[in-house]
Amino acid sequence: MKPMNPLIRPLVAGGIALAALTAAAAEAPSGWSYKEIADALHAIMESDRTVYTRNVVNRLQNEEKVIKASEHWKDDKALPLPAQMFRYGAEMVAEKNAGFTYSLLSLWPVNKQNAAKTAVEKEGLEAVAKSGQPYYKEETLGGKKYYTAVYPDKAVAKACIACHNDHKDTPRRDFKMGDVMGGVVLRIPMK
Amino acid sequence: MSRHWRSWLLWGVLSAALAGVFAAGLTVDSAQGSSWRAEVRSLFLPGATSHGHYQIELKCNACHGAAFGGREALQEACVKCHGAELKAADDKHPKSKFTDPRNADRAALLDATQCVTCHVEHRPGITRFAGVTLSDDYCAICHRDIGKDRPTHQGLAFTTCASSGCHNFHDNRALYEDFLLKHAAEPALLEQPALPERNFAKVLEDLGSYPHDRYPVKPLGRDAIDAGSNLKAPAPVVDDWLATAHAKAGVNCSACHREKEPAGEHAWVERPSHKVCTTCHEPEVKGFLAGKHGMRLVQDLEPMRPALARLPMKHDAGDKPLTCIACHGAHRFDTRAAAVEGCLACHDDTHSRAFKASLHYALWQKESKGELPAGSGVSCTTCHMPRVSHRTPDDVTRILVQHNQNDTLRPNEKMIRSACLHCHGLQFSLDALAEPKLAAANFKGQPAKRIESIDMAKRAEARAEGSRRKAKDRGQGG
Ligand code: HEC
Repeated sequence: MKPMNPLIRPLVAGGIALAALTAAAAEAPSGWSYKEIADALHAIMESDRTVYTRNVVNRLQNEEKVIKASEHWKDDKALPLPAQMFRYGAEMVAEKNAGFTYSLLSLWPVNKQNAAKTAVEKEGLEAVAKSGQPYYKEETLGGKKYYTAVYPDKAVAKACIACHNDHKDTPRRDFKMGDVMGGVVLRIPMK
Repeated sequence: MSRHWRSWLLWGVLSAALAGVFAAGLTVDSAQGSSWRAEVRSLFLPGATSHGHYQIELKCNACHGAAFGGREALQEACVKCHGAELKAADDKHPKSKFTDPRNADRAALLDATQCVTCHVEHRPGITRFAGVTLSDDYCAICHRDIGKDRPTHQGLAFTTCASSGCHNFHDNRALYEDFLLKHAAEPALLEQPALPERNFAKVLEDLGSYPHDRYPVKPLGRDAIDAGSNLKAPAPVVDDWLATAHAKAGVNCSACHREKEPAGEHAWVERPSHKVCTTCHEPEVKGFLAGKHGMRLVQDLEPMRPALARLPMKHDAGDKPLTCIACHGAHRFDTRAAAVEGCLACHDDTHSRAFKASLHYALWQKESKGELPAGSGVSCTTCHMPRVSHRTPDDVTRILVQHNQNDTLRPNEKMIRSACLHCHGLQFSLDALAEPKLAAANFKGQPAKRIESIDMAKRAEARAEGSRRKAKDRGQGG
């Protein structure tokens, strides 16, 4: 073999290093457990949800009284509810076939479609309501296996309880600040 | 040559000829312009096409993808034409509801991720209202226990879910509970019935897509005409044009009659197509192309003609090609004529024939004579091509005419918000729309039955109020 041109040598070496690096980067997530991935995704969801509820809904509706939040925000020219904000995001993620799904459920749902449906959902919502801690379990739905995580969803602002306790369709009117009002259910398909 | 051999030759030639005929029908895209090829192609239809798609049925690829791509390609084709409409309607059953694993058991019974699960094409024997091919009990698959959550719904038969004035699978914008309550107290006829006014002229300045540079907004007279020698004098079209908003707003002959060629040159076009109208009226043309009048143009087929229609049409209108000017009349562009005569020149069904005897038309005539203020009359288009609010890409709100006559046609509760409620209360609107006979008579008469939706919503609200009070008495609540 002809000796390599000294100018090309560092380029090739750099290329190999870069390739190795990208491979390492691509491999990294496989070192993550399902629990860690679920926790990471939930950290984003919970933070965004809290920011929206505190800095937008609670501030503008309850503190400054500038604009209301309403289920029919288009017709009422109002802010979308925190739960709607959450669901629209979840729907968009589903449309993108992102590989995981999530929803906001409760044992005391305003919208009956948000009641627990699967056995794991029921068990998980009951567990997080009692302990305030996340709950993890594998479940099989439609012939596919999922890693399912349930995270408590707490009343972090006055707006949460004011609205829920007064809502026409709520089955429960005694929520207090800090109560677990429901749970975020996150599912990752298992390989 | 033996006889045996000759029969084989004959068989071969005939088979080849037959294969040739079928191939000729199949291969020519849409079999346009050749009636025998179209005949042959129609032999391949697996069954009569529904009213929604028959106009484009010979353009197989419109739905079936280039190489018969299977379910996914089919779904993509549905979404391509109907997706935006469903989004705008806040579709209550979006695909994501059915791809969510928590609903896997339900999706196994009703896979509503695919439009064709409920709307199978080419199956006239089972095709019902609005192209639905499912049996009547599909709501019960997921909602059979609704009576438990909603006492007002106890004991209702599954056949009543989608009754007029109750629920639609996709669009419930005029039927949701809080909407019913908000409009519960309205009288049959509002105190100040009036349609929204179109605002194109008012917002022209703000429209980035408008050709301000070439056609600044200013009134033009006879001497400003820029048609040159293309205009054979004396032309009555000039007087027609002078009377229009076009002339008043600086839209000269060349604005429509000069089209940009691929090479970039502007050449005179004697008969401009709808494409020229999009320069300034893009959303209107989009609507037109999405409806029954323009849908063939989207597929590069010849324009629709009344003779091809399945609805009763006037005989003498048979060959009129449906382009923008079919209703708007080139150069005159009289929107009032388009709004009534534009329709009645062709349409000849019971509802259309009853229009001129209706109270709606009486109001229209009074408005035409100046006896009533603008926006008090009701034409065909008031309901079928309503004035709607449209947000342009540069965030200008335009009130414009939705030219897709199908947008609010079926189920007819879709008309409530865009048409009825401008003049009528919700209860009256629900009642009137629920009576096919009244609709056939073009709403001459009074509805005989009361739709219960609003009453049910009130009962639910009263029940909630009771529960709120109880919670308060117990010292609960935030
Ligand atoms: C202005 C009213 C309003 C506010 C504020 C509000 N919610 Fe809700 N919430 C609703 C409605 C309405 C629903 C049902 C939405 C739907 O259709 O899915 C809902 C749904 C939920 C659900 C799903 C179960 C159910 O009840 O259907 C949870 C859990 C929930 N909210 C918790 C919270 C929390 C925690 C907060 C504060 C961070 C909050 N909500 C703030 C009105 C409100």
